[in-house]
Order: sequence, then structure tokens, then C-alpha cells
Amino acid sequence: MTIDPAQAVSSDAHASASRPLVSLRGISKVFSNGTTALQNMSMDIRQGEFISLLGPSGCGKSTVLRIIAGLGDPSSGTIEWPTSNHDASGKALPEISFVFQEPTLMPWATVFNNVWLPLRLKGISKQAARDRVLEALEMVGLEKFAEAYPRELSGGMKMRVSIARALVTRPKLLLMDEPFAALDEITRFKLNNDLLHLWEKFGWTVIFVTHSVFESVYLSNRIVVMAARPGRVVNDMAVDAPYPRDEDFRTSSIYNDYCKDASLALHSAMGANDHL
Amino acid sequence: MSTVTPATAASAESAHAPAELDEPAPVFVARDSRTEQIVKILIPTVMLAALVALWAWYVKAYEVPHYILPSPWRVAESLIKDWGTLSAALLITLKITFTALGMALVGGVGLAILMSQSRWVELALYPYAVILQVTPIVAIAPLILIYAPTTQSALLICAWLVAFFPVLSNTTQGLKSTDHNLLNLFEMYGANRWQTLIHLKLPSALPYFLAGLRIAGGLALIAAVVAEFAAGSAGAQSGLAYRLLESQFRLNIPRLFAALILLSVTGVIIFAMTSVVSHLLLRKWHESALKREN
Ligand SMILES: Nc1ncnc2c1ncn2[C@@H]1O[C@H](COP(=O)(O)OP(=O)(O)O)[C@@H](O)[C@H]1O
Ligand SMILES: [Mg+2]
Repeated sequence: MTIDPAQAVSSDAHASASRPLVSLRGISKVFSNGTTALQNMSMDIRQGEFISLLGPSGCGKSTVLRIIAGLGDPSSGTIEWPTSNHDASGKALPEISFVFQEPTLMPWATVFNNVWLPLRLKGISKQAARDRVLEALEMVGLEKFAEAYPRELSGGMKMRVSIARALVTRPKLLLMDEPFAALDEITRFKLNNDLLHLWEKFGWTVIFVTHSVFESVYLSNRIVVMAARPGRVVNDMAVDAPYPRDEDFRTSSIYNDYCKDASLALHSAMGANDHL
Repeated sequence: MSTVTPATAASAESAHAPAELDEPAPVFVARDSRTEQIVKILIPTVMLAALVALWAWYVKAYEVPHYILPSPWRVAESLIKDWGTLSAALLITLKITFTALGMALVGGVGLAILMSQSRWVELALYPYAVILQVTPIVAIAPLILIYAPTTQSALLICAWLVAFFPVLSNTTQGLKSTDHNLLNLFEMYGANRWQTLIHLKLPSALPYFLAGLRIAGGLALIAAVVAEFAAGSAGAQSGLAYRLLESQFRLNIPRLFAALILLSVTGVIIFAMTSVVSHLLLRKWHESALKREN
């Protein structure tokens, strides 16, 4: 895994670079209680992709996301980061951000301080981080709430703060674990649109976990369908609809067709476990 | 209380309604806070006056001898007359209480942090902290009296032992209750142990610590008194507990009451102080310090 620094960065939006951003090779994860959360999962994630991991709950979506984020090691298999910088010991230093299902904000800190956190942990002072924090807050439309505390915000606004915190480090890869699952439908649609706009503008790579067929089709250009017991990939389909996508897309026939396909794939994935 | 109209009475009540009554009372919002303020001060004051009046009346009506139950006036008189002795004793009790509390805070928080950083330290030390806590302090006091260089330091050690544990156990619990998602987040952003402690674990342990502080504040005073009962200190270094016993021996019941009142007032002030500290630190973010508003 030797890397030529000159090739390390290539952030051409949406370009499928010849080498994947992340490459999972035969990843398995067995927890100490014997649960096989993932079995022999392999997949390449190319730069600029918006991937949805779609599957019933318990199929290992969160587990694979955590493994990619470096939280917990796989029991077997390897993860490669062909285009990321590596430290002296050869460990990859991917630029990742994670958005959890819960907003996961520090209740004792203001919105500003919550978003500042990733930079603060890197030793960047409040003054030095100021512009970047405000820029991130502006991206999610919360620049007026910098001094508010999380408890003063609605669920959707908290999620926006969480997204701003993920964006403040200017990541290459954004991992999102059912970020909007707890929100009402109107807020979710709104955040879906805002997320898509940001993605089109900045061109990160996104891995988006969801159990909603509709959400996955609306957002992503690739859907990876997973099945449970053991967690594995059962389908990998492209969504070839052009961006920008908006409310018209939600009612189009092409959207309907993709939803049908994804639904079928999901049901056959669940059919393998008829006791569910 | 004929001035309280049914409407304001209802609004004052709804502010204290249990959590399951979730009906908003928007109509009364404007009047609510002022009425509530007045009621909050008025009711306890009226209640206190009524109790003292009842006490005075009872003593007079039944001609209770003052060495059994002195009248409020006699107690007040004693409080003024013996203020020199009582205030000196109060000062000593306060000194022991607050020194012990301060040491308990430093020791309790310090040990809790140490135990949160190392499982080994926790396994080695926690059982002994529990043993010290569950053994009644009056039972250890005689031993401490023998080993400690002075009576004062013995009292201090007793009060410290009692106040220390709630701080330790609450802070430990708090440090362990850190949100796992936030821990994951910190790990992902490459936070080191120190950063995780300062920016995450300590703030999230704060409400637990403050609950411990409130318990410890009360216990420090109780322990300072109980230890002095056990130690029976004498002379110029006597605290309020000794003055209490002394008054009892001499059947100077008005002074006993005066000392008792001083102790109660001290306890209430300590409780109020720790509550205020707790409120100031948590009012911006923690559920316990927020007024429920629907
Ligand atoms: N820490 C853990 N210890 C043991 N089993 C776990 C743990 N985390 C997840 N699992 C199990 O692994 C499987 C996959 O979990 P998860 O990745 O959370 O699924 P998903 O996110 O798709 O709902 C589930 O059966 C779950 O019970
Ligand atoms: Mg999950």
C-alpha cells in the first residue's frame, strides 16, 4: 500500500476515478456474542458516488459503516484506501465524517461549539476556526443559530447541526447512518433536497444508510441492497437518473420504476429470512 | 389567601403539575411567573409565622416550663445573649464542614477521574471506598480519635470520609454514563484521552457530580456534628455539637434550641448554596435546571 503523494488527492466531483476511494475486500464481522453481523462483504466505492446501503434492520448496515469509519476492526478482510494519504506506519488517513442516526450533539455546548469540535480536537483555536464553522452553518442554513443550545432546536435543526459538524472538516467521504429516520416526512424531504444540493455542489462521496426504498432511490446513483443473518450484499444496482433531482423526480415514472426494482430486491433479500 | 383568584391559583398549580399532565396553559403565561414568584415567597413565610405563633401559644396556654419547651422569645433571647459562645462554635463547625467538603470534592473527583482512566485502579480502590462508606462513622470515630494528632483533625477526617463517597460514586457514575455515540465521534475525530476527558466526559458527568455535591454538602455538616458528639471535644475549640450537649447537661434548653436553630439554618444555607451552584452550571442545557415549557 505505497502511495504516490502526487496522486493522493483527486477531488474531481462525480468523476469515477480509475481507482476506488475505498475498497472492501471480504469483510466479515463476528461480535463477541457470536452474532455474524457481516459475512464476506466486498465492494468498491468510487469517488463522487452517492451510495445508499438499503436493507432491513439488523443486516449490518451500521456495522459496515463503523468499520469503514475505523470504529472497530473487522474480524477478517481488509479495507483499502488507494487514494488517501497514509501515515508513516502505513495506516490510511482517510478524510471521513460520520453523521449518526441521532444528532449526537453535546447538550452543554452551543451550536457553534458543537460544529467547532472536530477542528478543536485538531488543535484549531476558536478564532481560527470561526470562518469555517460559520461557513458550515451557512451551508445548512443555521448561521443565525450559532449561539443557541441544542435543546432549543427542533429535531430537523439538530440534524442540520450534526451535518454541519460533519462538513466542517471538508471530508472526502461522508458516512450517514439513517440520519433522517427519526424525522417527520416533510422535514425529511426538505433535508433530502438540501443534502443533494450540497452534494452536487461539493462533490464528496456519500455512503447513506437507509431502510427506506424511496429515500434511497431519490438520493443515490447506486443502491447496495443488503440481507440479514448473516449480513451480506445481495444486490448492487445503479440509479441512472440525472441530477439535479427535485420534487418532479419524486412523481416521475422513472422514479417509480426504480422504486419498484429496489423494492423487489429488498423483498427478495428479506424473503431469504421468511421468519422476519 | 382570599386575594388569590381561582384563575391565578390554577395557573400556579399547573406550573407544578406532574410530567404526565401535558396540557399547555398558554392563557396564564403572562401572569404566571409573577404570581408564582409571590406565592413562592409568601406561602413559606406565612407557614413559618404560623408555626412560631402556634409554638408561642402552646407554651403560654399550657404553661410549659422553659426547661422542657422554651418559648420562641426565650430562644431568641438566648441566641442574642450567648451569641459570643454560639458564634464561635458555629465558626468551628463551619470550618470543619467546609474544609471537609472541599477535600471531599477534590478527593472524590480526583479518584473518580483516576478510576475512569484505569480499570486496575478502579478494581483496586473502589471496594475500599465502599467499605469506608458502609461502616457507620460513629463506629470508626473512636479509632480515628486515637490515631489523629488533634481532635480537630479527627473531626475533619470523619466529616471528609462521609462527604467523600457521594462525590466519588456520583462522579464515577457520571463519567461512565457518557453517550456512546459521542464517544465514537470523539474517537473518529482522533481525540486523545485528555481531550475526551476535558471536552466530553467531565461535562457529561457534571449533573451527576452536582447531585453528589448536594448530598455531600448536607452530609458534611451531619458528619461534623455526629463526629463531635462521638469525640466530645472541649474548650475553646468546641463546635456547635458540643455546645448542644453542654446545654443539655446544664438544662439550658433555650440555648440548646438556639444551637439547634443555628445548625438547621446552616444546613439550609449549604443546601441552598449547592442548589444555586448546580442551577447556574446547568441552567443552559440540562433538563433538571430547565423550566418545563409547553
Ligand atoms: N456491539 C454489538 N454486539 C453484538 N451484536 C451486535 C453489536 N452491534 C450490532 N450487533 C448485531 O449485528 C447485527 C447487525 O447490526 P447493525 O449493523 O446495527 O444492523 P443495521 O444497522 O443494519 O440495523 C444485528 O443482528 C445486531 O444485533
Ligand atoms: Mg443501524
